[in-house]
Amino acid sequence: MRELINKLSDPIFSFPGAMLLYLALLRYYRIFGSKKFAKIALVVILGLVAYFFADPNFFLIITTPDNIPISILFVLVSFFTWLTFHKAAENDKRIEQGLCPIEGTPENREKVWTWPNLVYTELFTIIAGTTFLIVWAILFKAPLEEPANPTWAPNPAKAPWYFLGLQEMLVYFDPWMAGVILPGLIVVGLLAIPFMDTNPKGNGYYTFQERKVAISFFLFGWLVLWLYLILIGTFLRGPNWVFFGPFEYWDLHKVVAENNVNLSEYFWIKGLGVSMPKNILLREIIGIIVTALYFVVGLPVVTKLWGKAFLKSMGQIRYYIFMFLVFSMVSLPIKMFLRWLFQLKYIIAMPEFELNL
Amino acid sequence: MADEKRLSLNRREFFGHLAVGWSLFAAATGGLLALVFRFTFPNVNFEPTMSFTAGLPSDYEKGVDERWKNAYGVWIVKHEGILFALSNICTHLGCVPNWLPGEQKFKCPCHGSGYYVTGVNYEGPAPRPLERFKIVLNSEGKIFVDKTKIYRAEKGEWNNSDSFITV
Repeated sequence: MRELINKLSDPIFSFPGAMLLYLALLRYYRIFGSKKFAKIALVVILGLVAYFFADPNFFLIITTPDNIPISILFVLVSFFTWLTFHKAAENDKRIEQGLCPIEGTPENREKVWTWPNLVYTELFTIIAGTTFLIVWAILFKAPLEEPANPTWAPNPAKAPWYFLGLQEMLVYFDPWMAGVILPGLIVVGLLAIPFMDTNPKGNGYYTFQERKVAISFFLFGWLVLWLYLILIGTFLRGPNWVFFGPFEYWDLHKVVAENNVNLSEYFWIKGLGVSMPKNILLREIIGIIVTALYFVVGLPVVTKLWGKAFLKSMGQIRYYIFMFLVFSMVSLPIKMFLRWLFQLKYIIAMPEFELNL
Repeated sequence: MADEKRLSLNRREFFGHLAVGWSLFAAATGGLLALVFRFTFPNVNFEPTMSFTAGLPSDYEKGVDERWKNAYGVWIVKHEGILFALSNICTHLGCVPNWLPGEQKFKCPCHGSGYYVTGVNYEGPAPRPLERFKIVLNSEGKIFVDKTKIYRAEKGEWNNSDSFITV
């Protein structure tokens, strides 16, 4: 059983699993958002937690002081995701019946004073938060380590917990892509949301039905691409950044057979059986064509199949910026699958110019 | 008389004030930048020198030698009849890989890049092989490693006669 869980949590299986779970969540959000589901899930999860904690290796990882924020994060995100869909499911049902959302009912439209209603809440939150942080700081030590040494790195060398998703991304990309361009696009994309999303629905009340696309894409990036990768990076990456199942001992000498090959090597050496051309552009021509096709052909095809209504309602500029951001986001799982399935390293590899895709 | 009472400046005075103000601002900014520039030349530098003498070629056994790794960030590798100085900076994101004798490979603890004993990358995200440094024999027949001169495999520089010593 533990062997099976170890196997299944390998990203090759757990990433598609996470995607399927996410799609199921969107499809059956009314069941997911019900109180009955929450109660059953709580019991199941508590049982699972007890089962997982019984394993010494898992216990060691989960109780590492650095990893505790991730456990808290996991609990909080699960709860708030459920709460969102719970309220959205209720409102969507009311809207279908022709009623206004719960937030719009007369008793909820009543206004209160900032003082004392809000200020008291804030004061209480400040005190509770401070107490929590002090207790946390007393319970779990954060000792200074030895002075930094440029010729030595801890093994595994892990980023702060909130950056572990990025670090996991770096396994599949060149640092310029995963460290600069993609995070930059995340920030720019988040900033651009208010300018691209002109749908007035959902202002001031929870709903899923009226904002399906916006919520689906955002939560895909947040839950599947960001949080899932943080979980993997925190709990399942051990020495030498090798994958370890939740019940596996972090063996320094675990050997994982891996031999990553660039697309150009696949094409010229394995495909055509000739040596790599000297000219760099000619050498990488296949990767450049594939990347160009992804955007130049992929965009119109997707537009034709699904995007016509959006193109009309959003206008060309908004629509194409939105699609560019979506395509960039989707390139991450695509690259991950290519790595797992074909051991592909880079689609375009030009280390001469520090340019790899 | 009237001049003493007036509150506004005429054009000439205004530009005079403006010139003084901007000059002071420029001087202050320039001074600050000069200090910042000076800061990049510390009085005392605890960093290791960029070149060092590493003993005789006969001091090294076949394989990877880690004796200069902590002091200079260099592995001296004796492999297939040549001796070369390998940088210990991962070409992916500048982490410090470890030499794993059991697996006969360099493995980076940050993102899992792996290199053969020659420094050629084969697993993980590293886009190019580890860099080699200039390595020559000095007049006493000792190895001299110069880290300011770098040889990169993807540019075909490993064939350069200064990038290895034949032993």
